[in-house]
Amino acid sequence: MNKKLPGALAIGVQRGGLEVKQFFRQRESVVFTLLFPLILLAIFGSVFSEKIAPGVTFSQYFVAGMIASALVNTGFQQIAIFIPIERDLGALKRLRGTPMPASSYFIGKAIVVTVSMVIQVVLLLAAGVAFFGVELPTEANKWLIFAAILLTGSLVSTILGVAFSSVPKNARGASAIVSPVVIILQFFSGVFFIFTDLPQWMQQVAAIFPLKWLTQGMRSVFLPDSFATREIAGDWETGRTFAIIGIWLIVGTFLAIRTFKWDRD
Amino acid sequence: MNSVIEVNELRKSYGALSVVKGISLSIQKGEIFAILGPNGAGKTTSVEILEGFRAADSGTVRVLGTDPAIKGRAALEWRDRIGIVLQSTQDTAELTVREAITHFASYYSNPREVNDVINLVGLNEKADDRARTLSGGQRRRLDVGLGIIGRPEVLFLDEPTTGFDPEARRAFWLLIRQLRDEGTTILLTTHYLDEAEALADRVAVMNHGEILEISTPSLLGGRANAQATISWSEGGMSKRETSESPTAFVKALSERLGGEVPDLSIHRPSLEDIYLSMIGATHE
Repeated sequence: MNKKLPGALAIGVQRGGLEVKQFFRQRESVVFTLLFPLILLAIFGSVFSEKIAPGVTFSQYFVAGMIASALVNTGFQQIAIFIPIERDLGALKRLRGTPMPASSYFIGKAIVVTVSMVIQVVLLLAAGVAFFGVELPTEANKWLIFAAILLTGSLVSTILGVAFSSVPKNARGASAIVSPVVIILQFFSGVFFIFTDLPQWMQQVAAIFPLKWLTQGMRSVFLPDSFATREIAGDWETGRTFAIIGIWLIVGTFLAIRTFKWDRD
Repeated sequence: MNSVIEVNELRKSYGALSVVKGISLSIQKGEIFAILGPNGAGKTTSVEILEGFRAADSGTVRVLGTDPAIKGRAALEWRDRIGIVLQSTQDTAELTVREAITHFASYYSNPREVNDVINLVGLNEKADDRARTLSGGQRRRLDVGLGIIGRPEVLFLDEPTTGFDPEARRAFWLLIRQLRDEGTTILLTTHYLDEAEALADRVAVMNHGEILEISTPSLLGGRANAQATISWSEGGMSKRETSESPTAFVKALSERLGGEVPDLSIHRPSLEDIYLSMIGATHE
């Protein structure tokens, strides 16, 4: 009778395994989250392959942007669409009625995001190297920045997804709202076009949100350092990138905790 | 003290709309207690307060001696001792029955054996099928399986047999009685009067946020004292009479007609008749 309740971390890890299992069993999630970015890469990368600077093709520029987008797809988009679905199906309310700690639910989400993110990044990187002339960095420093952007970018993206999950009224509204938000952000942030070619107002809007900075950060990893002069500020702005991600992490966490809803109404 | 659920003067409003207007009830250990009432009567709100999903405005609520509005670690310890079967859930669709039940078992301090639960809810043949392939009745039994895996002392069942065929309904009732016999206290809300009659030790009838009466199904609304209606055929005509002593009436009738009474039936008001007159009376 007086056995202790299982720990939040142990349950969270179990939930993670379950979430990953469910992710791969849902055709929609596999196609949308994992395959769609690869299809985009194939189309854009093949159509626009001209050189945009000495030693840099648009395809390379685009691959860097798509890897940054992977953090948004697997974090923000996946979470902000699937949490309202779970809420509509009564899954969240059912969990609320069990002794599962709330933190375990979010640990599970973090695990499914990490797994799908790593798979997507590896696929994009492999395709970039194999077909679009992307060269992997050789300096340890660049890999360190790469890892830091993956980690913080994925985290901020996921937390903002949790915060945004309270915006759609229901599951059907979720994909209708979330997907356009992501696509517009990608256009504004220099994923589909070269950022410096965009109108200034678009650049200014994009600079508010994390994706622009994640994209720029990925370029700093995968494009030659000579390209830094082509950026708005004339350099990679690595410090500012992490500062802005940090601010969004704080804001996002606050919003996520304040707004999260387990129940439909 | 054997009272597992104790409610005193519970009130809840949404804005100006008063949904629960000071209800009180007490449910004993091992009892199956049904709450009946039309939509909008305040049943769901009341039960959701007992389940800890909503906060009461005033009054006291104790489930297993704990206020369900409790927060933090103590809330998890309390939830470890209760089970909730919500209305129409469609989650865990991509998991098999066994995966879902095994996973939910990991939340509890002292769960039942997964195989026992699968047996108990009669899903042996479906144990390795995905939840989305289950029929409505099977899906509902999975919901119950998830609700009882933690060996709850109190089980909340919200409209458990909606969409069941009669046979599945009977099987489900057996399961609920079995849980009761093991000492589980069960709070049931249902639209089916025959279900309340078959299962419940006591029923409460709610309407407009108030409890009209709490009684056993056979005594509710003065049902036991209600007159019986005797109908029969005589000389090619249908006849009908009400009586407080139907046995004596039929005996006399039989003697008058010389033996067997054609088309004889004796009808007591059903729980449904009583219920409808109770909620009808307050509709005016």
